[in-house]
Parts: sequence; C-alpha cells; structure tokens
Amino acid sequence: MTAVMTIAGLALLAGLALSYAYRSLPAKSSDLVEQVNDLLPQTQCAQCGYPGCRPYAAAIVDSEVAINLCPPGGDETVRRLADLLGKDVLPLAEQRAESRSVAIIDEERCIGCTHCRTACPVDAIVGAHHLMHSVITAECTGCELCIAPCPVDCISLQDVA
Amino acid sequence: MSAPTYDLGKLHGGLRLQGHKTTSTAAAIQHVPLPDVLVLPITQHVGDPAQPVVGIGEKVCKGQLLAQADGSLSAPVHASSSGTVVAIEPWPVARRLGENAPCIVIECDGEDRPMDNLEATPNFLELSPDALLDRILQGGIVGLGGAVFPTAQKLMQAVSCELDYLILNGVECEPYISCDDMLMREYAGEVLSGAQILLHALQIDVCYIAVESDKPIAIQCLVDEMAKLGDERIVLKQVPTIYPSGGEDQLVQLVANLEVPTSGLPSDVGCLVQNVGTASAIHDWIVNGEPLVSRITTVTGDGIANPMNVAARIGTPLAAIVAFAGGYTDNAKQLILGGPMTGKSVTTDRVPLVKATNCILVLSEPPAIGAEMPCIRCGNCADVCPIQLQPQQLFWHACADDESKLRLHGLTDCIECGCCDLVCPSHIPLTANFRTAKARFQELADEKARAERARSRFEARNARLEREQHERDSELAQQKTTAKRAGPAEIAEILKRSQKKQDDD
Repeated sequence: MTAVMTIAGLALLAGLALSYAYRSLPAKSSDLVEQVNDLLPQTQCAQCGYPGCRPYAAAIVDSEVAINLCPPGGDETVRRLADLLGKDVLPLAEQRAESRSVAIIDEERCIGCTHCRTACPVDAIVGAHHLMHSVITAECTGCELCIAPCPVDCISLQDVA
Repeated sequence: MSAPTYDLGKLHGGLRLQGHKTTSTAAAIQHVPLPDVLVLPITQHVGDPAQPVVGIGEKVCKGQLLAQADGSLSAPVHASSSGTVVAIEPWPVARRLGENAPCIVIECDGEDRPMDNLEATPNFLELSPDALLDRILQGGIVGLGGAVFPTAQKLMQAVSCELDYLILNGVECEPYISCDDMLMREYAGEVLSGAQILLHALQIDVCYIAVESDKPIAIQCLVDEMAKLGDERIVLKQVPTIYPSGGEDQLVQLVANLEVPTSGLPSDVGCLVQNVGTASAIHDWIVNGEPLVSRITTVTGDGIANPMNVAARIGTPLAAIVAFAGGYTDNAKQLILGGPMTGKSVTTDRVPLVKATNCILVLSEPPAIGAEMPCIRCGNCADVCPIQLQPQQLFWHACADDESKLRLHGLTDCIECGCCDLVCPSHIPLTANFRTAKARFQELADEKARAERARSRFEARNARLEREQHERDSELAQQKTTAKRAGPAEIAEILKRSQKKQDDD
C-alpha cells in the first residue's frame, strides 16, 4: 500500500511540475527565429522579399517560407538552414556572384540627392544634401539597395579581394 | 658545470629525418657583398605593418629608422646600408598570403656609412628591465627562428606571467637548415651575452640553451665560451635529433618537461623560448647599438653550386645571394624559403632576404610520390604527430568541412610540421588539407563578425527611424493641440506667418 502511495505521489508531483513548466516557460519559437537569423548573412538586402534578415527568419519559422531565397548566403546558408530545420536542401532560387562585393559611388557624377543614403539598410553611406556622397566600404554589405534609387546611375558594385 | 646535461622530458612521435646539413657547414660563414639595391618590406614580422618615416629621394645611413612600429603588435624596419630611398612600392615578397607587398627600395651608395650617434650600452646592467624591453622594441628585433614574432612584445607578454625558465632554441631540427649551427660555432659569445641581457630584462635566474646532438662543434664552442664566462645561470642541454623537437611547445616539453596547454603559450607554464639568433641580435643591438640589419642564412640544396652559410644584409635580393653561392646548378627546379617541411616556395628570385629567411633552399625535381589514395586508417600519422592529434580523424572532418568536429579534435593545435604527410602510405597531403581548413576557420569567423556588425547597424538604424517617426508624431500632436486651443486672433497670426513663408519661398 505504501509503495503504491509513494509512486502515485511521485507521479502527481512530476505531472504538476511538467504542467507548470509547460504553462509558464516561454515558447521556443522566438529562439528558433533567432537561430535562423544567426545563420543568415545579415546583408539586409531584401532580395528574399522581406525587409531584412530577421523578418525573413521570422517568415521561415512562422509561415514555412522556402529556405532557398537568400542569394548572398549562398548554398552554404541553405545547407545550414536545412540542417537546423530538418528540411531538404534546395538549390538557390537565384544564383549569387562568387565573390563579396561592395557599392562604390562615382564621386564625380554624384549630385547629392540623398536617395541612396535613405535606401541603405546599414547606414553605410554618408553625405549631406547637395553634397557628394560616399560609401563606408568597411560597413557596406553589398546589398545593392542603393543602386536602383540613384537618379544619375553613379553607383556600381565592386569586388573586394 | 658547463658540460651539457641530458635530463629531458619526452616528446611524442616525431621523425628522424636525413639532415643534409654537412655540405653547408663545411666552410665558415661568408659575407655577401653589398648589393646595388636593397628591398625592405615594411611587414617582416607578425602583426601590423610598420609605417614608413622616410620619403623618396631621402639619403639614409646604415641602421637609420626607415619605418616605425605601428599598432600593438609591430616592429620597426631599419636601413641595412647607406644610400638613397628610390621608391616605396609593391615588390614580390615571400609571405604566406599574397604575392606583392609594399617595400622601401634603397639604392646603395657602397659607402656603408653608419649612423653618427650609435646608442650602445656595453654595460647593460645599468638599464632597468623596463628600459631594456623598450630598447629591444626599437631595435626591430623579431624571432629569427622563422616565426618573426616581435621579440619585445613577446617579452612584455611574458613578464606579465610568472616565469621560471628562459630557453634558448638552438635546435634546428628541419633538414638542410644550418644557420643557427654556424651562428653558435662562430658567435657563441654573442649568444651567451644575449642570454644574459634577456635574463636581466626578465629578472629570472635560469637559462637553458638547447642544442641538438648532431651539432657537436657548436656544443663544444658553447661549452668553451661558457667556461670563459662562468655564469652559473646558463645551462646547456643536449636534445636528441628528432624533427620537430625545435618547435616552441615541443622544446618546452623536452627541456623543462612541461606541457603547454591547448591554445596557450609557453609563458603559461613559466617558460620563454627565444631563438639563439634572436639572442645574438639582441646582443648586437643593446651592446653595440646595431639594429637588426643583417642575418645569417643557409644557401643550400642540390640546386646550388656551392652550398654555404652566408651573412647577408636584410633586403638583399635572393638572386644576389644565390649568385654569391656559385649560382644555380643545371637541375635547379624549385626555390624554397625555409626548410623542405615548413618552407614556402617562391616563383622568383627577385624576392628579398627578410628577417624570417633562415634558409634559401634550391632543389631539383622532387622524387615522384605515388598518386593520392584513400585513407586506410593505418594510424601511422597519429603515431608520429608531436601534438598527439589524430590526423586521420582530422582529415575525415576536414573533407566534410565540419568546423565543430575539427575544433573538438584540436585542429587549431596542429603546428603543420608535415610529419603525417611523410609517413602516410596513401600519400594524402594531410598538412595542406589542415592548412586549408584553418584558413576556412578564419574565413568563417570573418564572415560571422561582418554579419554581426551589419546586423547591429541595421538594428540601430531601425531604432533611429522609429525614434524619428515618434518625434515627428508627437510634434504634430503638439501642434494640433495648440491649434485647437488657439483663439481667432492667434489663428489669424498663424495664417499670416504661413502666408509670409510662402511669399519668401
């Protein structure tokens, strides 16, 4: 009788502890978003269709969006995402250039319109209104978001060794 | 007292390699005549490049400062002879990465005019240990065993730890190289004096000089000099001729019987290792006021007509040194800086002699080794690995590009000695694989750091945009409430103001 009571008591305690943990500890979803975000290259280029790397990470976790939409990350990132999420490795939806590149402004032609400065997701372009702009090469992620807004087409991408 | 002692620790693995050293040690050290042009790279050490302090067209004296140390890990560069600075431009150099590096080019005037005010301190005990370290920093002295770590920084790091032993490394375990052997034969007094300076700078009382058993003449010279000097703090230790017993951590294991911890330094176990050449260079700088402007190097191999050891100015093009040693033989095929195991082959002899160049090796066609075959897991590589790693396992994980497993199996501790390559029956280039894998680690770490930086900038920007939006909103709300509370007179005033603004525009 004592044995039965002891085991039943232990089972009850364990059950209570588990249900408490289930209710009060935070769900793991946001952790997973962070883990996915860690694997993304943080270029913030929006080529995946989401406004930055973290939104894409959230979309992968929450709405099962495909994991092969990140050209800057390359096949390597797809492979690691597949590892993490237990999905199949897919070929990249869009191929990327082989080497890392950064934007460069042709400073002769720049008219100082500030459009590129506004577009840069990592604040890597400096310059005042009507004055020449320049790219902080060390901070540029090569996301290409500054190229389209430029009214005089003076921004190009340059490979870094 | 001064006879060599043999009480040693045990080294795992290693190989007994054929020395090929007798041809280059047959004659005394020869002095290479001054070349017409000296080429001095501003990066001859591990760390940040030195900053040039001379301009093009400037006349310089022998020993004059050309580029000063810049950054926390750096060493200055001095003019090796007198002449005119004619260019500061990229020049082919021997480096692990990259082919061309900025160099200061001096056209020699042949006078070899020294500086007027040499700062010599024959009685170095006058200087405080801190002042000595500072002096050593200015002398452009770097580790001459091949690693070229700036000596002053190594010493400064070491004095922050509790030190027991200074170990002078006279163990030249790699085949062909014999410059330290010849240095100890001919400049034993300088080496011992350098040891005394180091002991004073570090404030320690034990110095072991480790020399391999295959250098009996060098040992005899050191014993004779030690008898003359009568300094009981310096002890000679003879170590067996096993490659790679001259590696820093391996030598600590052998001489002090202490194991340097993973990714640690010898100073973690109370040891400081310096090459005998470095000790001699410290003597020349502190006692005679001559900075590091020349070094002894071995010119050897079956592609050299008269193999020998030469003393040459830093910056002398290799072509001039090879020509001095009788030139190339007909079957010369490859030019290697350093030894056959860890050296780096170069494609042109326009490359200058730098502080790191302990050997200029010219070899004929290498004997054909068989094609690479699959690993049969024989374990020979693990038997010879001096770090007691499992190269066959590392190779497996390197092929899979599995960083965490590679780290777990200690790839970062690999000293790239090449022993595993030599014993592999399947002729797998293991060391080359490990080198690539290490470079890949670095690449991944760089990528990670870049991503982290971009992410924080992106988040900071979003926070800024949000804050600006918030500020605009609250300002607008403020204006709205002001307008609501305003009476007709104030509204008329506001309208007038806005009309005036429109007119101005």
